[in-house]
Amino acid sequence: MERGAAEPVRDHVDAGTGSAADPAAAPLLDVRGLSRSFRGLRALVDYELRLPPLAIHGVIGPNGAGKTTLFNMLSGFLRPTSGSMTFDSRDITRTPAWQVSRLGIRRTFQNVRLFGELPVLDNVKVAMQRGTSRSLAGTLIASAGFRRHERELNDAALELLALFGLADRRDQLARNLSYGDQRRLEIARAVGTGARILLLDEPNAGMNPIETHELLQLIRRLRDEMGITVVLVAHDIPLVMNLCDRIQVLNHGRLIAEGDPAAVRDDPEVIAAYLGRAHRA
Amino acid sequence: MAARRAAGPAMAVGLSALAFALLDASGQAFWQGLVINLLIFIILTVSLNLTSGFTGVFSLGQIGFMALGAYASAILTLPLREKAAFLPDLPSWLAGVHLDWSVGPLPVGFLVATLIAGGLVSVIAWPVGRVLMRLSGHFVAVATLGFLVIVRVILFNADGFTRGSRTFSNVTQYTNLWWAGLWALVVVYVVWRIKRSTYGREMLAQREDRVAAQAIGIRVMEPRLLAFVVGAFFAGVAGSLYAHFITSFSPTVFYFDLTFRVITMLVVGGMGSVSGSIVGAVAIVALGEALRRVEDATLLYGLSSIVLAAMFLVVITVRRGGLLGEREIPLDRLFLRRDRTADQSP
Repeated sequence: MERGAAEPVRDHVDAGTGSAADPAAAPLLDVRGLSRSFRGLRALVDYELRLPPLAIHGVIGPNGAGKTTLFNMLSGFLRPTSGSMTFDSRDITRTPAWQVSRLGIRRTFQNVRLFGELPVLDNVKVAMQRGTSRSLAGTLIASAGFRRHERELNDAALELLALFGLADRRDQLARNLSYGDQRRLEIARAVGTGARILLLDEPNAGMNPIETHELLQLIRRLRDEMGITVVLVAHDIPLVMNLCDRIQVLNHGRLIAEGDPAAVRDDPEVIAAYLGRAHRA
Repeated sequence: MAARRAAGPAMAVGLSALAFALLDASGQAFWQGLVINLLIFIILTVSLNLTSGFTGVFSLGQIGFMALGAYASAILTLPLREKAAFLPDLPSWLAGVHLDWSVGPLPVGFLVATLIAGGLVSVIAWPVGRVLMRLSGHFVAVATLGFLVIVRVILFNADGFTRGSRTFSNVTQYTNLWWAGLWALVVVYVVWRIKRSTYGREMLAQREDRVAAQAIGIRVMEPRLLAFVVGAFFAGVAGSLYAHFITSFSPTVFYFDLTFRVITMLVVGGMGSVSGSIVGAVAIVALGEALRRVEDATLLYGLSSIVLAAMFLVVITVRRGGLLGEREIPLDRLFLRRDRTADQSP
């Protein structure tokens, strides 16, 4: 059903520009004046975002710029000091993380957080079982309904793992996967069922160039085939420039630039604050 | 396929039933008592595994729930004459209750009393869990220990219901091999089902990583509370079985010693593994019995407690997963051909 809602937007896009996201559409996520202080330290100040459906939106900035603070607030793990967040015309400023996730805003973590002692398959299943109706009684007597749900869940989970190239790892414990596989499993788990916005925190950290390239294509597929809008934070400037149709630059908790990749790349303030430093290093 | 999967567990149940029948017919009261004791420990350990092993919330309050179940059920089945003599201050609505109904040889009253005891304990566990399951790590251990202490103080002081520190006696001995075996089977089945269901996966997921669990839409309180309440139910059942087995007891029984014993079984068997809990209970009961004989022969009383504690320490330092870790004894694969292991249906 999420896909159905996204359909008109894509039709419009196919006829038009090269970018999938339509800035004129009502924003899927509307963030206004978002700020957060930690005991006087202003980690994020007056952050603004109008995220159109089907965008791939990048947030970059040096360490300590406030990117993770931003993600923690968007995903409901951290209450803003001030400001508001509206998702699909529903206020989520004070919505707890588990509920934000159920609404369809899913995240990954900078340091991968998997269910290490569970098999790969179960890591995905537990994320996909949300929608299935269930009853304790049905579970205990292993009713026909329970068995069917389990079977369907199993099939859906395997399909998702296949999309992420992890199907043959399904019985391994998550902690035994290679680092790149762990990252992909975490994204698969975040996609689960009914994801509408993916918040990816450094999705290619620890990946080699080939894996990064595959990841880039995978993220595009998630957008194009599953209708998922993506916000990602990354240090890897080429990745962001390549993948994102719009980029914001944070420095010391403040937005210092916003625009398409080319505009951001040439912004003198960005070069001074971020890219410039990278050149000198 | 399903029949093949059921064949292994069915055979285990069948063999146990056969062994019980032989033991029952043998008239060996000592060994019968030992096995009933073991079965009660299996119930306690498997249910604690649900509460603590699956969720990672280390509860030390299980024996408190067992105590409440024991007293609740014993009050319900106590004959009226004994009730009037021992518990004269019982409120009138309880004083006239004597669940001694039976259908043929089957003491239905005992079954009902056990179910009521379990249900009552669950009802108490719910608000307790609402408060305590917010905590994690050491805090929850300390808090549940506090619960155990509170239960003990209440049992000592609610003389009208429990006779306080005096022995609660003359409980009818209903518990036999069959009752204990049946309830053990029910507990193992229920906990195993939960483990391989949406509920169990949520419990395990939030144990592995609470933050990641929330990030995929799990409200941490829900699986924890379910595990706590269901675990408490079976602890109450174990209490009822114990009360109608030992027939006289006092609040002192339900304290650290028993708590520690059950936790040792859980840890030695492997937290998170249902079959591990059974193995752990069998190992510790057998070891305890063997050591008791050594104690009698050598007069080194206290030896069994020391060995038990030492074992616990060795396991948590050297082999934290216990004997089985997370794994299960694959009884359901016993009659499957090897090439069919790819099948994943529950």
